[in-house]
Formats: sequence, C-alpha cells, structure tokens
Amino acid sequence: MGDYFQLLLGNLNPYYLQILVNIGIGIILALGLNVITGLTGQLSLGHAAFMSIGAFTSAVLTIRFNMPFSVNLILTGFITAGVAAIIGLPILRLTGDYLAICTLGFAEIVKVVFLNLDITNGALGLSVPAPNSTIPLPIIVWTIVVLMIICVSFIHSSRFGRALMAIRGDEIAAEAMGINVTLYKVQSFALGSFIAGVGGGLYAHFMGYINPSDFGFLKSVDILSMVVLGGLGSITGSVVGATILSAAPEFLRFMASYRMLVYGGLLVSMMIFRPNGLMGGISFTSLILRAVGRKPHMKSLMEQKSTEILRSGNGDT
Amino acid sequence: MLTLDKIYVNYGAINALKSISCQVGKGEIVALIGANGAGKTTILNAISGIVPMFSGTVTFLDETISGIPPHEIVKRGISQVPEGRRVFANMSVLENLEMGAYIRNDKSAILEEIDQVFTRFPRLFERKKQMAKTLSGGEQQMLAMGRALMSRPKLLLLDEPSMGLAPMLVEQIFSIIQEINANGTTVMLVEQNANMALSIAHRAYVLETGEVVLQGPAKELAANPDVRKAYLGE
Repeated sequence: MGDYFQLLLGNLNPYYLQILVNIGIGIILALGLNVITGLTGQLSLGHAAFMSIGAFTSAVLTIRFNMPFSVNLILTGFITAGVAAIIGLPILRLTGDYLAICTLGFAEIVKVVFLNLDITNGALGLSVPAPNSTIPLPIIVWTIVVLMIICVSFIHSSRFGRALMAIRGDEIAAEAMGINVTLYKVQSFALGSFIAGVGGGLYAHFMGYINPSDFGFLKSVDILSMVVLGGLGSITGSVVGATILSAAPEFLRFMASYRMLVYGGLLVSMMIFRPNGLMGGISFTSLILRAVGRKPHMKSLMEQKSTEILRSGNGDT
Repeated sequence: MLTLDKIYVNYGAINALKSISCQVGKGEIVALIGANGAGKTTILNAISGIVPMFSGTVTFLDETISGIPPHEIVKRGISQVPEGRRVFANMSVLENLEMGAYIRNDKSAILEEIDQVFTRFPRLFERKKQMAKTLSGGEQQMLAMGRALMSRPKLLLLDEPSMGLAPMLVEQIFSIIQEINANGTTVMLVEQNANMALSIAHRAYVLETGEVVLQGPAKELAANPDVRKAYLGE
C-alpha cells in the first residue's frame, strides 16, 4: 500500500508537496485553538507550547522506542492533553486578558524547560528520524486533517459543544443553566491541546529537526491569527485561515523582502473589512443544507410543533 | 421549602450579608426589597451558589445545599434569572431555550416545554429564530424567564425583572410572574421597584446594608409608614 501512495505523491512537485503539508499542519493547529478560543472563548496565547510538548514527546517516542507512528501520535495527544488539564485547572479560573497573560507565561516556561532538558538535547535541538510507518507523511497529515475536521464538527454540533458556546456567551448564565463551567473549560482546553499535540508530532517528523525556539510567542500568534482571520468559532474559517496564512509566505516569496509587509497588510485589511473573520457566520454545513434545500434539524422540528400555537394564538386575537 | 439560616457573605473585607435568615414557603411569592447595595442580589447568588458563603446554611427541601457548586443546585430545582437578564446574545431565541433545558435529557418533554414557553410568551415565538441580542429589553427579560423555566424549577429566583423596562412592560412581566406562581412554581423576587413587588408578593423582607430590618406579609409592609417613606416614595 505504501508503494501505491508513494507513486501517487511522486507526480507532485516536492515544493508544492511541502506547502501542502505545511497547510495541513496549520489547519490541525488552528482547529485545536479554535476549540479553545473560538468555541469556548478562552483566549490562549500559548498554543505553540502545547504544539512543542507534542513535538518533543512524539520525537522522543520515535527516537527511544521507535514506536509505530499511529500509536505514537495518539500517545502524544494524550500526554499533551494531560499536561493541558493539569495546567488548565488552576489557570482557567481566570478570564480574558489575565488568562492570556497566564498562557503566555506558561509557554515561556515550557520553552525554557525544553531548552534545558537533556532528553530534548537542550538548545541544540533534536533531529527527528523518519516516522515508523509505511504510509508517506503527507498522506498521514491530510488523513488526520480530515479526521480532525470531522471530530471538531461533531463537537460543535454536540451537547458538549453547545455548553462550550454558552460558556463563551456568558459564564454566569451558563452556570445558572446547570453547566459545570470549570470542568467544561478544562475539557475543552485539554481537547484543543490534544489536537495541538498531534499537530506538533506531525510537525516534528515532517521538519526532521525541532528546536524549542521554534515554538515561541510568534508561533502562538501565528496560530491565533489563523483562527481570528478565518472567524472565531468557525471550522470552515479555521481551515480557510490556516490555508491562507500557511500558503501566503510561500506565494508571496516573489516579493522578496516586501513579503512580510504584504502579509501584515493582508491581516490588517481583513480585520477592517471582515471583523468577524472571513467565514464569520458561514459554515459548510449550512451552505450545503441551503443548497439541498433542507433546514437544520431541531428548527424544522420546532416549526411543525409550534404552528399549532401560532394558529391558536391567531384565533384569540 | 427554602430556609436560610444566619447567612454571612463577605466581599473581601466588606460584610455584604450579616446573619440573614429567611424562609420561602411552597407556592409563595417572596420579595426582597431594599436600596442599592443592601445585599438583595447577594442573597440570590448565595442561594444559587454563585457567591460563596462565609458561614450559615441554606436548606432546600430538607437538604442542605450550601457549599454545593451552582450546576448541582440547578439540578436540585432552583433556577435563577440573573440580574441584567444575561441571555446568550449570539444564540437564537430557540437555542437559548434549549440551553435552559441543558440538565434535562427527555427530548419530547423539552419540546413540549418550549411550546409552553411560547404559549406564555407569544412574542418569543414570533422571534424564535432571531439572535437574542436583537431583542428588546422586555423581550430579553421574557427570554431569560422562559429559559429559567425550561429546567422545570421548583423555585424560581428572579433578580430585578423590572430593570430598565417601560412601566407597561413591567406590569406585563409582573402579571406573568403571578401566572407562573399560580401554576405551582415558588418565586423569590428581588426588586428595586418595591411598589410592584409588594403588590404581587405574599410576603416580603426589607433589607438594609446586609441585614433584614423588617419582614412580614406584603400587604402589611406596603401599609407600614416607614416602608412607604423609605421605598415607596412618600
């Protein structure tokens, strides 16, 4: 099967393939942060820290144990989520700016720890061997992208997702509805970090070399811009945002040193003209449903039921 | 039904509530009235667990509920309409009502409940797909009350339902409160608008700087010259 995939990829220009993988990893990271910041409304400036925890965990698992890549990634995700839950329990009591500062501080701590640990090879960074898998990495990355999109969409429309949206809307009101706000916030934080950990693991094996300094504040801001650009809380938005921002630096390469200027201008103008994000309020599901001519489930049910009231109400007046 | 025994709540060094004791009987409307900062909202928040108590106990249906986290208290049958309504602005009216039934699992019963709320508040039915943030103040108050009713509470805590509403709407909201009460829900009401509150309540407590200074049947309090002078503007 591996040969078949290799053949498939062999026809692609390696440069474009690299951009494609970059986009895929960007989407995974943005989806993770989208759960935390977009869906639950908890501003995190330390997403890259969880990515780095995932990257180093995954790298060490491959180097020391030569673990099969699928097991490796799942284990990496759980370890990252575990760390996030431990960190989240105290800091998620904070909200808004205070939480953002806290996550920022945590990210710096993680960076310094990795810079000084022996197992991560300190400031020299780690070179990561090829993953223990017959399937080529680009295929793995994009399979996981699709899986993550499906999972996160599922969460969005679930009861759990509704509770997270309520927490984003108003924490006190959510609590008054009987939602265990602290527990749900920690769960969403762990979930987002799980995704970030997997993204980090893929990044480590794709790059072949990781250094703690790769996962600094700028990386966190990069991921945050993808989510904000696409539209907070929108899965479609995260995908589009991550695609644009991962690909832009490459496609703007012909502008040489003006590249980052255009990149910045892109961000600024986007925020002026579409402050809710590119895909704010638009989702694939509603677009498809509209095209097919169906209405989302609960609402159509309600319409049937409530026409009776409307009739009786009209009768009175 | 609900008994508060010597409740103390502190905000930092400030004693917000000093030894508050009061009862709410089944089927009653009990009003808490008093000036700004008297501690009315704090009492409701202490009951629903949003604000931690320094000491004292709250008993609801023969069970001590002080110290239980807020989401557990909702499950015991106490539902609060927070001050300033706090509807979920970016959710539709329907979604807000669904959130109100979050602790329940029986889908068909929830749909019936939504229908009941729509019968009680026809305005909400007209606006069911609108975002809650586009509703007027009165409609948002109706939505907040409807949302609180979705959990089928035995005790409904209402915090300033008249806040920022036109006099005609205030009357409408208060007659709805009476209707809800007549259907078997016990109501505890915090109000600045003492006149309205005393006109529908069975009993009332008058609060001053964190202490109960007067209590009794609402009609008596409404006739009390001190109350009339301090809260009814005479």
